[in-house]
Amino acid sequence: MAHIQLPAGLPGIRGPLVFSPATTQPLCDLVEALLRGPSTLTLAEREMIATYVSAENDCYYCQTSHGSTAAQHLGGGSAEYELIGQMKRDCETAPLSDKMKALLAIAGKVQKGGKYVTTEDIEKARSHGATDKELHDTVLIAAAFCMFNRYVDGLDTWQPRDPELYREIGKQTAALGYAGRDWKRPLSTTANK
Amino acid sequence: MAHIRVPEGLPGILGPMAISPESTKALRELAEVLLRGPNTLTAAERETIATYVSSQNDCCFCQLSHGAAAAEHLGGNYELIDRVKVNYSAADIPEKLKALLAVAGKVQKGGKHVTAEDVERARNAGASDKEIHDTVLIAAAFCMFNRYVDGLGTWQPADPQAYREMGRRMAHVGYVRTDWEKPGEAA
Repeated sequence: MAHIQLPAGLPGIRGPLVFSPATTQPLCDLVEALLRGPSTLTLAEREMIATYVSAENDCYYCQTSHGSTAAQHLGGGSAEYELIGQMKRDCETAPLSDKMKALLAIAGKVQKGGKYVTTEDIEKARSHGATDKELHDTVLIAAAFCMFNRYVDGLDTWQPRDPELYREIGKQTAALGYAGRDWKRPLSTTANK
Repeated sequence: MAHIRVPEGLPGILGPMAISPESTKALRELAEVLLRGPNTLTAAERETIATYVSSQNDCCFCQLSHGAAAAEHLGGNYELIDRVKVNYSAADIPEKLKALLAVAGKVQKGGKHVTAEDVERARNAGASDKEIHDTVLIAAAFCMFNRYVDGLGTWQPADPQAYREMGRRMAHVGYVRTDWEKPGEAA
């Protein structure tokens, strides 16, 4: 049971989002701008940064739902889901571009705390082609997931362990995004559709 | 110098905000609703939670600017905010706020650190579910804002007077109106 009385049947962040409508609009606008707005980083790359930080923060709901969304953006097959698993286990040895590895290293520093990011981390990413805006977006995505993860776990929300549910969440999110999605519907209703 | 190129003379979070309009609009609205929107927690209490989390995260710009905003909401009581940062248990604040600061401090470490006992203590001191929710989200949001500010190595003024001026504007004008934020003005 969650720490506070949340609407039933809504997994992870969806419970608190419905509980607190006033804060939900800016939170949804933020995640939509960061993960789906105009950017030279691909949708999959941005979802991977979100997934990696959520895994480092040990937030089951966020790492599994965003990991599934990233895998869906990459094609949605078992190889793509396996790639996300590899990245979470060790982003250095996963088959990713050098630029992406350098950005994930920065995201990992941000997860520990802003001051951990060094000039060398930034220079390394830049030497692999990262722009200032991409560095900015990486830091802000990583920082934002340090918020979302704490929101989800700090209220001890319901986080089901059914892989099929997260596959569905990934498909929906990859297709529809965060702004207009029908996420307020309780899970049982969605499953029965 | 910041890790990336941002407009000169803008302190702390205002530098990176200036190069990313879409995310900035959402961040400003989030700060406004969390810290100044309708709430049974006072604006001073909410700014105090933001300040405490920012000091635990060792973010100079956020703890000084939000600390000033909290103090300005309290009629200029900067001493109280300093005492909260040093040791809130011994500060002259209500038991409910102490219990909420304890929850916020756990959130700063990580969401899973919050225990049922922490929440019960806050509830016994009179905190509602909404107030517990808002405390967790304010604490979580400042774990974001602090990382945004320090992760990009932003310029953070050393002059305490600059923060008093910022605090007055944050307390009385808020986070959405931006016409007062001119480069160099706060320096």
